[in-house]
Amino acid sequence: MEQIRQLIDSILSSVRDLLPIVLVVTFFQLVVIQQPFPELARMITGFLLVVLGLALFVRGLEQALFPIGESIAYAFARKGNLFWLLTFAFALGFGTTIAEPALTAVADEAARIAADGGVIADQADALESYSLGLRITVALAVGFAILTGVYRIVKGWPIQYLIIGGYIGVVIMTAFAPPEIIGIAYDSGGVTTSTVTVPLVTALGVGLAESIKGRNPMVDGFGLIAFASLTPMIFVMAFGMVI
Amino acid sequence: MELLHHLLSTALSTVVDVLPIVVIIFGFQLLVLRQEIPNLKSVLVGFAYVLAGLTLFLVGLEEALFPIGKLMAHELTDPAFISGVDAPGQALDWDDYIWVYLFAAAIGFATTIAEPALIAVAIKANQVSAGAIGVWGLRVAVAIGVALGIALGTFRIVTGTPLHYYIIAGYVFVVIQTLFAPRMIIALAYDSGGVTTSTVTVPLVAALGLGLASTIPGRSPLIDGFGLIAFASLFPIMSVIGYAQLSEWWVKRQQQQISHDSNKNDH
Repeated sequence: MEQIRQLIDSILSSVRDLLPIVLVVTFFQLVVIQQPFPELARMITGFLLVVLGLALFVRGLEQALFPIGESIAYAFARKGNLFWLLTFAFALGFGTTIAEPALTAVADEAARIAADGGVIADQADALESYSLGLRITVALAVGFAILTGVYRIVKGWPIQYLIIGGYIGVVIMTAFAPPEIIGIAYDSGGVTTSTVTVPLVTALGVGLAESIKGRNPMVDGFGLIAFASLTPMIFVMAFGMVI
Repeated sequence: MELLHHLLSTALSTVVDVLPIVVIIFGFQLLVLRQEIPNLKSVLVGFAYVLAGLTLFLVGLEEALFPIGKLMAHELTDPAFISGVDAPGQALDWDDYIWVYLFAAAIGFATTIAEPALIAVAIKANQVSAGAIGVWGLRVAVAIGVALGIALGTFRIVTGTPLHYYIIAGYVFVVIQTLFAPRMIIALAYDSGGVTTSTVTVPLVAALGLGLASTIPGRSPLIDGFGLIAFASLFPIMSVIGYAQLSEWWVKRQQQQISHDSNKNDH
């Protein structure tokens, strides 16, 4: 009985989460573009799948992703081995980014731009190696970002100095990077952090800040994602300059 | 039948995406930390929820939202729609694109509210702040930031001004805001920039950018079509800090009023 009530609650809250999208799409389709919906039945089926999927995901979030991130943070804090903690941070950042489908799409697009601009030969293997090089660059950037972010939590440094330093890095790199890479570099910061990585990394950061003496989970625990969206910009522009 | 095929192939690719994470986590648990995962059974069930949930979510988006969203982006950026019936064939000015900006803002807001990664961060922030940061307050603040960011980003594509001027000006603004921000919110605000743009927002926003850049004369879709995501990651930082500043100001004002009232009663 309790479980059924929980399920209904989470489905209702998913409906609420998705209501804005339904309203926006309906308004623009019927009022602005003034056309009926194509394939209405298919849209309704899809919408029901989205609602159910979101409800399940939020359930799994609280049951798996948050507890795992926290328990790893506590275990590392107990063990007190900084080297392995940083290795884990780097591996998590690198490993989750290299396989990220959104990044693969952007990297392929970038390779085509480079070929059109005459930076690389317009051949399949040249395109592929450029795209792979870009993906490895971004993955290294995210690995480095999580590593730096975790080290910051351990040391308790204020986040703004590091982020502002990163901004200055982006500005300097923008002055020297080839213009055709800038748009991709700026976007690559946003595409790196996937739906599964974000909750894990957030729980890891908050868990570390909770278990290290003198750290405040609110002030020190967040910020890992911020690093992961900043460093790829710098790394990708550097990649554009080297190639 | 087609739907079933779609579900299975998406399930497979979701598993492949999550595999590196699982390998790293279990590898470190077993080899480095040498500990058993607490509540292993419940965690595994939770992981199954995550996988099933993401699969249904993605398939549903691809069935319902992405086709219509992309079609709308295409129709709204079509010069024939923008110039309207009264003045076909005329050169278009930036203010003819008003529906594009409105659509950009509305779809940016709506997709951000539905973004699962943001829901996760908002839940966590609510727990950690002991309720001081509301789940909906944070999400709406971020969504307003994304809405403004994407609307400005489409304006940039229409006018063809260089991307980095906007982004650098945004950085300067964020730095100034940081100086005056409550310390508690800074890290969370920076995080909310990166969280906003994932599963739901990116495909629609990318379609809008590419659609605009390919219909406006003089824009190259390959160069000008990018950059909307950068806007969507920058502006939430400002709106979240702004939200914190506003609520701080509100609390102070109310406290002042209370002390003012009690002073009056004393006399």
